[in-house]
Amino acid sequence: MSFSLTYQPFGAHAVLICWPNIIDSDVRKDIQIFEAKILNKFSEHILETVIAYSSLILFFHEDAVVCDLISPLKDLYIAPGENQKKEYHIWKIPVCYKPQFGMDIEGLAKEKGYTLPEVIAMHTAPLYEVYFIGFLPGFPYLGGLDSRLATTRLEIPRMAVPKGAVAIGGNQTGVYPSESPGGWHIIGNTPLSFFDINASVPSFLTAGDKLKFIPINEKEYHQIAALQKENSYEIESEMYHD
Amino acid sequence: MIEVIAAGMFTTIQDSGRYGYRKWGVPLSGVMDQRSARLANHLVNNTNDEAIMEITMTAPILKFNVDTVIAITGAGFSPSVNGQKISMNKAVQIPKGSVIKFGKPSYGVRAYLSALGGFSVPKILDSYSFYPNITENFHIKKGNILSINTSEIPTTDLANSSVKISKAHFESPIITVDKGPEFNLLSRGVREKLLHQSFEISNDSNRMGYRLSAAENIAAAEIITSSVQPGTVQLTPSGQIIILMRDCQTTGGYARILQLTDEAINILAQKRAGESVRFVLRKLPF
Repeated sequence: MSFSLTYQPFGAHAVLICWPNIIDSDVRKDIQIFEAKILNKFSEHILETVIAYSSLILFFHEDAVVCDLISPLKDLYIAPGENQKKEYHIWKIPVCYKPQFGMDIEGLAKEKGYTLPEVIAMHTAPLYEVYFIGFLPGFPYLGGLDSRLATTRLEIPRMAVPKGAVAIGGNQTGVYPSESPGGWHIIGNTPLSFFDINASVPSFLTAGDKLKFIPINEKEYHQIAALQKENSYEIESEMYHD
Repeated sequence: MIEVIAAGMFTTIQDSGRYGYRKWGVPLSGVMDQRSARLANHLVNNTNDEAIMEITMTAPILKFNVDTVIAITGAGFSPSVNGQKISMNKAVQIPKGSVIKFGKPSYGVRAYLSALGGFSVPKILDSYSFYPNITENFHIKKGNILSINTSEIPTTDLANSSVKISKAHFESPIITVDKGPEFNLLSRGVREKLLHQSFEISNDSNRMGYRLSAAENIAAAEIITSSVQPGTVQLTPSGQIIILMRDCQTTGGYARILQLTDEAINILAQKRAGESVRFVLRKLPF
């Protein structure tokens, strides 16, 4: 724990803790370590916590006096903690990159001067890191897009981006967990559900997990979609330590 | 059973909110005007967490095929039962077969209808609040049949309970705020404009957020995506002011310049397009 943090009340019931304004894996790890320490120590005061790239927000119960909690939080950050190694998943996410699934992939390839197989290779090569979930229920903010695929957002956002759309916007890539409006370029679609209200935890991803996109053909897409529908598709994954 | 004869503009079922799921990007949701909704639940002896009907701008027509007790609070929609005007902010006995209609709101925009025992809708992710892709229904439609939890019809003292409400809740243009995380990054000139000028609420305002009319020479740079919450006032690089409301996203990339108090969210929730509001900084207790 070596970052210089700021602590500020954010409304009457929340404290916002900010790390240096960078998108960085070490910051993400430090946020999660501190979050675990806080949840361990102050669980009776805390309603819920949300992390983002370089911040952690703590929502407290209505009767908590948030400004009184800042000083004990600062002490907790510098207090020695157990150096627990956290376990994370590396998930293999099947994606069909055929133009009927990714309506913008041909346009993107043309604009960047690459062939379709080159775009697919560039998008499937990285091991993407999940920084946090936000924007939409189950939407993962991923780090690791090949900068050669970075592109400006659509000038006019689509009214309905389909569920499962794998897309690129700016220097980010992500998966739309449900149909929603959106301005990113759609390059493929995954048959997996990234948000499931019937699961014990609605999103199988957590911050710190990694994603690998695996190209599949149309037939495989429909096979996985059918298995997923009857709840018998197990997402391939392996574990890693931070 | 309650039959929806007409749905109204945007009628939903809400509770106090879907807590515990924001880490997965799930909006908090819940009633827009908590003060009015809590009152409606109290009047019929329900807890704060009971599912309640939120009515917006144009009200539904409801046929009650059940004996119950209801209370209507919030915006002044002039409710009637079988053509007879009934009081708001009061527990009212509803005999089976009654049809409840409403007029146009003479003050406020959102009314709350509580029923003894609460509305019986599926609890999804620990909440009854409607939200697209989470609950099956996003809003109530004509022909829907709503159930209420069965409960003993109470004694007369409940049916007589009523309260007087303050009109300031619906008429005050003052929106009390705290400084937001990026407030201190604004120039002095922008801060002064923000706190000394009135802003008009634009048409594009709903449960996700209220947009204010564009003001000149006010803008803020984007930030690295970070947490927001209901009541967060965002300022975009093009000068748009957006006040996030109960169905807002969990994170956002615009500067968070102010944060509404809980009561200010309730007051704003009763305002309509064209009304003016003014931000006033709350004196902090430290």
